[in-house]
Amino acid sequence: MKKILIASALLGSGIVLAQVNNITGSGASFPFPLYTEMFNAYKTTSGVSVNYASKGSGGGKRDIIARVVDFAGSDAPFSEQEKKDAPAEISFIPMALGAVVPTYNLPGVTAKLKFSGELLANIYLGKVKKWNDATIVALNKGVKLPDTAITTVYRSDGSGTTSIWVDFLAKVSTEWASTVSKGPQSSVKFPVGVGGPQNAGVAGLVRQTPGAIGYVEVTYAKANKLEYGLVRNKTGKFVDGGDLKEIATASDAEILPANGIDSITNSSIGYPVSGYTWILVYKDQKYGTRTEAQAQALFNMLKWMLGKGQEIHNKLDYGQIDGQALKVANRIVEGINYGGKALK
Amino acid sequence: MISSVPRPRSMTSAADNIFRLIILALACVVLAAVAVYGFILIQGGFAAFTRENSGGFFGFIFGLEWNPGTEKFQALPFILGSLFTGFGALIIAVPLAVAAALFIAEYAPKWLATPVGYMIEMLAAIPSVVYGLWGIFVLIPAVRNFQIWFVGATGVDWQPTGTGLMSAILVLAIMVIPYVCAIARDVIQLVPNDQREAAYALGATKWEVIRYGILPYARAGILGGVILGLGRAIGETLAVTMVIGNASDIAKNLFSSTATMSSLIASQFGEAGGTQLSALIALGFILLILSVIVNLIARVVITKLTPVGTRL
Repeated sequence: MKKILIASALLGSGIVLAQVNNITGSGASFPFPLYTEMFNAYKTTSGVSVNYASKGSGGGKRDIIARVVDFAGSDAPFSEQEKKDAPAEISFIPMALGAVVPTYNLPGVTAKLKFSGELLANIYLGKVKKWNDATIVALNKGVKLPDTAITTVYRSDGSGTTSIWVDFLAKVSTEWASTVSKGPQSSVKFPVGVGGPQNAGVAGLVRQTPGAIGYVEVTYAKANKLEYGLVRNKTGKFVDGGDLKEIATASDAEILPANGIDSITNSSIGYPVSGYTWILVYKDQKYGTRTEAQAQALFNMLKWMLGKGQEIHNKLDYGQIDGQALKVANRIVEGINYGGKALK
Repeated sequence: MISSVPRPRSMTSAADNIFRLIILALACVVLAAVAVYGFILIQGGFAAFTRENSGGFFGFIFGLEWNPGTEKFQALPFILGSLFTGFGALIIAVPLAVAAALFIAEYAPKWLATPVGYMIEMLAAIPSVVYGLWGIFVLIPAVRNFQIWFVGATGVDWQPTGTGLMSAILVLAIMVIPYVCAIARDVIQLVPNDQREAAYALGATKWEVIRYGILPYARAGILGGVILGLGRAIGETLAVTMVIGNASDIAKNLFSSTATMSSLIASQFGEAGGTQLSALIALGFILLILSVIVNLIARVVITKLTPVGTRL
């Protein structure tokens, strides 16, 4: 018995002394494919395995507030309530950019349809009811549009995709802003239409319903070869959300504030339905039973994700963080400390 | 002589007492779990139950609007959605399931009864996501075609989407059939042969034997299966979410998109925070209460239906 105790004591101390090789996180499902790929690569380069549970931004935010994970992923900033609930300052590190595209099912129409923000808002408000409505025809000269009723499809689960979509609609339509949502929100009460779960549910309903329009992440639209339309930005240009350069342009158009949090929908240039996804960590890593080694391991991971990790983005159709935004992101990571002691 | 006779054991040995304590403790754990469960749901949902914006407790239960934008959370559309889909599924499933059970137990030759019974039980083993996908790819287009025909024939102002209450009821009905059928078959087979022989001896036809000899004897058990099926229907999330349309509105007709309590909780829980989270937990509490009520009613009905003489 004594021997076992001694052995386990030795083993226990061994774990404390050794390098931390396990990091856990949870949250947004939107960047999950990207993070999975990133953490696989990180494991081979550093030997540290990172477990990320894709449970939704809300779940991730709850977990980090309750301090049960090392980091959280989120597509949305904190609400006022969450700010109050957080026990200490939490840093938001922009990690990737994503775009949302309108996908539709119109048999016989092969051209990429063009939409303006106002038109999309009116469709989702239920004011534009037919595909051959004058406002759609005016933007798509030369395309023969059928007399089909429009069925709008939305995400039934709360999601960062919805958040970016309704944030854009709120910025381009005063009616949307006054009746549906004022800004980014992961679930709203859509005035018309039907809801499907996840990207797959939306895409499935759109595919099954002639005359349907939905919105999905561009990564999903491209991977599943869905038809999607172009969206007009502030300069009047119709932009393809599948073009990663246009997403980068949209983020470059806006100066990212020092706290890393910004909404870039309806940007002056680039694709107007884009947004950031963030990783959330405590700025002061000294809390509970957390060791400096754990804080250091997390710091190293974040540094790698903003550096070498960004090379993975384009392969998976996510937008990179670069330029001014990358400087801000690095500064936020460098601000992370352990009881006031800077990490390197 | 006397000493060779085995000593009579006392009626309660130490082992018996220990066993009784263990059983008691385990039973208490179950009770405590339910109590803690209820308490946590009330605690989590308290903010939603007492929220003035939603009209307090009664506003929460009887109000019609669920709007995360204005943070007004009212539950009636989903309570009704759960009840409509649950009972709607039973209306379709119970006659089919009982008929199948009667066929298997009373009519079919053995070589046919076994595979048919097996096939029906197989339905219970299919994951709900598969039912959901079947709903999206097969059922929804069919329902939509019906709607298009119906709109053309009657001129009602419906948007033919295929999703909605009817699609959810149909998917749930198929999911519920194996539960109801398997239990109905078992209780029908358990009806003593004396019943059948007595009925035949009185000159009853096969139908009369079933009608007067078997079904009254088995109906309490069949109802137990029905209640189990109802629980399954009300608790189902994924398959329902995939076909019901998930609109936060009360169903205006049999084909309009709506949501159930379970589907709404499953849909919105991951991203919810603050008041919305509290409202979802409150919805969970209502679901718990609803299940308790349904079970209590079922117990009463089963007791009333159990034939005199077989009551325990």
